[in-house]
Amino acid sequence: MTPTAQDLIDFVYAEARLIDERRFPEWLALFADDGMYWMPLEWNQQDQWLTTSLMHEDKLMLQVRVERLEGERTFSQKPKSRCQHLLQLPQVDEIDHENGVYRTYTPFHYAETRFDEQLILAGWARHQLCVVDGALKIRMKRVDLVNCDAPFRNIQLFV
Amino acid sequence: MNDQIARIRALQRPGEVHRDAYVAPDVFDMEMKHLFRNAWVYVGHASQIPGKGDYYATQVADQPVLMVRHTDNSVRVLYNRCPHKGTQVVIDTQGNTGKFFRCPYHAWSFKTDGSLLAVPLKKGYQDTEFKSSCAAKGMTPVPHVREYREFIFARINDQGPSFEDFFGDSLSSLDNMIDRSPAGRLEVVGSPLRYAHNCNWKMLVENQTDTCHPMVAHESSAGTVKDIWERQEEGTKKPMVVELALPFMSSYEFFEGMGIRIWDNGHGHTGVHHSIHSDYSDIPGYNDQMQAAYGKDRAAEILNENRHNTVYFPNLMIKGPIQTLRLFKPIAADKTLVESWIFRLVDAPDKLLERTAMYNRIINAPTSIVGHDDLEMYERAQSGLASDGMEWVNIQRLYEEGEGDEPEQIYNGTTEAQMRNQFRAWEKFMLMSMEKEGTS
Ligand code: FES
Ligand SMILES: [Fe+2]
Repeated sequence: MTPTAQDLIDFVYAEARLIDERRFPEWLALFADDGMYWMPLEWNQQDQWLTTSLMHEDKLMLQVRVERLEGERTFSQKPKSRCQHLLQLPQVDEIDHENGVYRTYTPFHYAETRFDEQLILAGWARHQLCVVDGALKIRMKRVDLVNCDAPFRNIQLFV
Repeated sequence: MNDQIARIRALQRPGEVHRDAYVAPDVFDMEMKHLFRNAWVYVGHASQIPGKGDYYATQVADQPVLMVRHTDNSVRVLYNRCPHKGTQVVIDTQGNTGKFFRCPYHAWSFKTDGSLLAVPLKKGYQDTEFKSSCAAKGMTPVPHVREYREFIFARINDQGPSFEDFFGDSLSSLDNMIDRSPAGRLEVVGSPLRYAHNCNWKMLVENQTDTCHPMVAHESSAGTVKDIWERQEEGTKKPMVVELALPFMSSYEFFEGMGIRIWDNGHGHTGVHHSIHSDYSDIPGYNDQMQAAYGKDRAAEILNENRHNTVYFPNLMIKGPIQTLRLFKPIAADKTLVESWIFRLVDAPDKLLERTAMYNRIINAPTSIVGHDDLEMYERAQSGLASDGMEWVNIQRLYEEGEGDEPEQIYNGTTEAQMRNQFRAWEKFMLMSMEKEGTS
């Protein structure tokens, strides 16, 4: 598969939709086996490993989250949270067929709600995609929140 | 004042605490005015302000303060308030002010010990009593500050015990965390996680030694890790994250055997004999560095001490074996801000810091599933306490005659003795300044 710019854009939209529809196992399958989800704690954070992040998770940890969200004894999901992504048109930052590197940049607003409480987040998602077995997969999804250093209450789903 | 004393005394009976200790705004106000001013409260770590003029702004009790490295290299803690009209002198959390602070409103300036350096248009005060005003003294220092192996604590009131009497042997936990660095030094790394809870600060502090909740409240998170791990093919290398999460699912027997030690003045820790931090894999090179630094026996002594959570009353918790620190900042009776910090062990391999950073984000973050489990319980409890059906909270588990009679006692790891210990200290430090004021 040789992805076009439109393929990348479609992928980013489809990814957000899977989260909004709580189709988490399908969402998880979008990650490459060595894929990572990263939400830095600091503005312009460079280091993934040697400083704290809000999230920095490999596929195993993401799988834990996905299974937990539907768990019988997951009390913080009784009732379940709902979320909604509002994405700006993803910008294609890089298409490198030779090395199989595809990068997009997507400003977003995100709402997550449970009971009467609604959390609104805004930021930028940077996807680094690759092709595995003829399909686009996520190698890295980096989510920078505009207020990454603010005190948050629970953020339970996936931004 | 006598009314206040009676009010506080009425909030406890043996093994029980009245819900007003958690929900009543007047009790919270008394905590800020008395308890948090009579106790030694954690301010910050010296590595946050390594250079002269470096400052870090925070709160002690409900007071905005800053700690700053003065020109003589000592650490000073000042109220963050301009003596002129009250403006907060620094507004960002950290920075460098150079040789002096300059108030952004009318440019009064202050040395980094707080003393007044200059006032523009000084002659406007010539024919006034300015010299004898309190403003002329500059920014007010917090009177009692103590730096212990780079950990900075402050006590606002003159009442209250000395630093040594307040902490006693509980400092052994801080020592152990620091001694785990081959250089005997820690450095703060990065920003803290900041996690807003709609519950009373004491619920969070009590939970630090609540060993009967992990296998229940965290079944959803640690239990799922366990499920998934057990489904992996045999021979799969255990990832670090699994190693960190699995012990949360340990049995009651495991937690009973961990043991709990309590010290005077509300301090205490879980994990006397072993803990959920005991069985982490070795980090290559670290042991050798420790032995080179301390000798074989001393290195082993340091590394075999695997205390779980050490609570420093009123609102601090550290994990020596994993180098994290959590500060439970009280905001209101039903609002607490939790800051979770990490440290680098100076001269130790980076892999240790990687583990520390991972622990912090998977356990303490507002985005962490373990955090979600806990917050849900605290907030349900805070809401549940509104019920008039019952006014008392029960902390009777494994009560034994003579608790608190000795400066240090060790119990079964599932006791609620440390919670009772905290409440003994709570009453003591609440009443301390009331009784002083009330003697007239
Ligand atoms: S308020 Fe600070 S100089 Fe006037
Ligand atoms: Fe917990």
